[in-house]
Amino acid sequence: MTQEFILETRGLTKEFRGFTAVDDVNLQVRDGHIHALIGPNGAGKTTVFNLLTKFLPPTRGEILYRGKPITGMKANEIARLGLVRSFQISAVFAHMTAMENVRVALQRKLGTSFHFWKSEKSLEHLNERALELLDEVGLREYADVLTVEMPYGRKRALEVATTLALEPTLMLLDEPTQGMGAEDVDRIVELIRRVAKGRTVLMVEHNLSVVSRLCDRITVLARGSVLAEGDYQSVSRDPQVREAYMGSDAAAEEEASA
Amino acid sequence: MATTQQLTPAMQRQRSARLRRNTLYLVLIVLGLLAPLAIYPVFLMKVLCFALFACAFNLLLGYAGLLSFGHAAFLATGGYFTGIMLASYPGLTPEVGILIGTLAAVVLGTFFGVLAIRRQGIYFAMVTLALAQMVFFFFVQAPFTGGEDGLHGVPRGELFGLISLSDNLNMYYFVFAVFVIGFAIIQRAVHSPYGQVLKAIRENEPRAVSLGYNVDAYKLVAFVLSAGLAGLAGSTKTVVFQLASLTDAHWHMSGEVILMTLLGGVGTLFGPVVGAGLVVSLQTQLAQSPLGNWVSVILGLIFVVCVLSFRSGIVGEIQKMVRKNFK
Repeated sequence: MTQEFILETRGLTKEFRGFTAVDDVNLQVRDGHIHALIGPNGAGKTTVFNLLTKFLPPTRGEILYRGKPITGMKANEIARLGLVRSFQISAVFAHMTAMENVRVALQRKLGTSFHFWKSEKSLEHLNERALELLDEVGLREYADVLTVEMPYGRKRALEVATTLALEPTLMLLDEPTQGMGAEDVDRIVELIRRVAKGRTVLMVEHNLSVVSRLCDRITVLARGSVLAEGDYQSVSRDPQVREAYMGSDAAAEEEASA
Repeated sequence: MATTQQLTPAMQRQRSARLRRNTLYLVLIVLGLLAPLAIYPVFLMKVLCFALFACAFNLLLGYAGLLSFGHAAFLATGGYFTGIMLASYPGLTPEVGILIGTLAAVVLGTFFGVLAIRRQGIYFAMVTLALAQMVFFFFVQAPFTGGEDGLHGVPRGELFGLISLSDNLNMYYFVFAVFVIGFAIIQRAVHSPYGQVLKAIRENEPRAVSLGYNVDAYKLVAFVLSAGLAGLAGSTKTVVFQLASLTDAHWHMSGEVILMTLLGGVGTLFGPVVGAGLVVSLQTQLAQSPLGNWVSVILGLIFVVCVLSFRSGIVGEIQKMVRKNFK
């Protein structure tokens, strides 16, 4: 039965000097789903995210990828398994061109990344694939632009292209639409929908309209624990979720008007 | 040409930049070959040794983003090993002595690197400083280094057993060749598949991790390369001056190489060369003038002015100017 879940956590817990940021979280992400992790500020979403991607070691609990434990692995090792994360603040290599950004991800598979005696011309045959990937996220005309000079929304798209270069089976996106204007949000939502085909996506997201448009399944975190889980309809009706997410006032108002 | 591969503007730019760079290298090599006709060769050799040392340091600081405060240890280890070898085994040719010194620095660099690389920023600098101080005290105490007096009377010998290096001009061309090789290694490392990953790590380390790169291993390679080249500089210097002294192991030397690199331009290939040239010239000129006792103060002042007003160093500022005005 475990096989239908691509990623699973059992009793995942993270304590920081007595403060429990993540408390006994059991998360199950189904293969092929777009799964969202939502919750109010300080709910522990980003901590869960960092635990899953091994940027933080868990205090207790287990993480399983396709039924196999990956709890003790290093961050760069799980990337090799096909779990690739993005970051809350756009994570690009600022003083490299868009093409070079993607190429750095592509070149790992060549196995020449320690070859300090080889010319970088040996990477040029990757350019074609890099351009394809840039095309896929609508950035072909930015190929030669230094990333630092690109607009914010485009940087996030570039991040997706770089992630795709690794052909991930599971993409972990940390607030992909954070700090974006409405137009960019629409573009990124479309992009995620497109690249999620044949993949699994787990995303932390604040923007509920994005979640409602994209996600198959939603887990709501509050104060480090799972509050509710289900599709958008059922989760959004859950009174506990309403209270945690919008504050008790909003829930009360809602009830009063109903 | 009906090639299927299209050249993007950036690739064309890169190619023309490569061409310009190669022309520049050619001009500089010719200048380097002609230089001893106009300038005292021993002075030039000193500049070249320190330039190589600074270039090695810059590989670490400028391209891997790691500030080592213990590079004197590698310079001195290279120097002492070469000195001891050449002094104790008269049959040894200088190039073998230099190779042994360099290897010793590589071994020490691997040891330092494994211990220090996990730390970041100031902690990394402190660990390297502490380790370098241990090396310094080892050289003070060890019976074979001559302690405070230093190791004297290292023979220059005959290169490959053929060419006498006691002639300053022969010696100069050998040092120049060593420098060019060292510089070429750095130039290539920066523009290699490895250099690309190193750049990515410097730009955004967590992202490089999330792409599956074991960043510590990449940093360690940079550290060992840098240590080895610093050792090469120290070894060569010992052959030139026929002595190895504690000055090279002192933490002042670790500071001086930072000064040279920042002054010339960190993260630029030629910056450290210019910085080393400037610092060595100033030291030599001032030592002969009435201001002899003020060398450190004057260098310190220059450093402060440099850091406050032109942060990218001499070469860095020139590059900026060229970019602004000719594009």
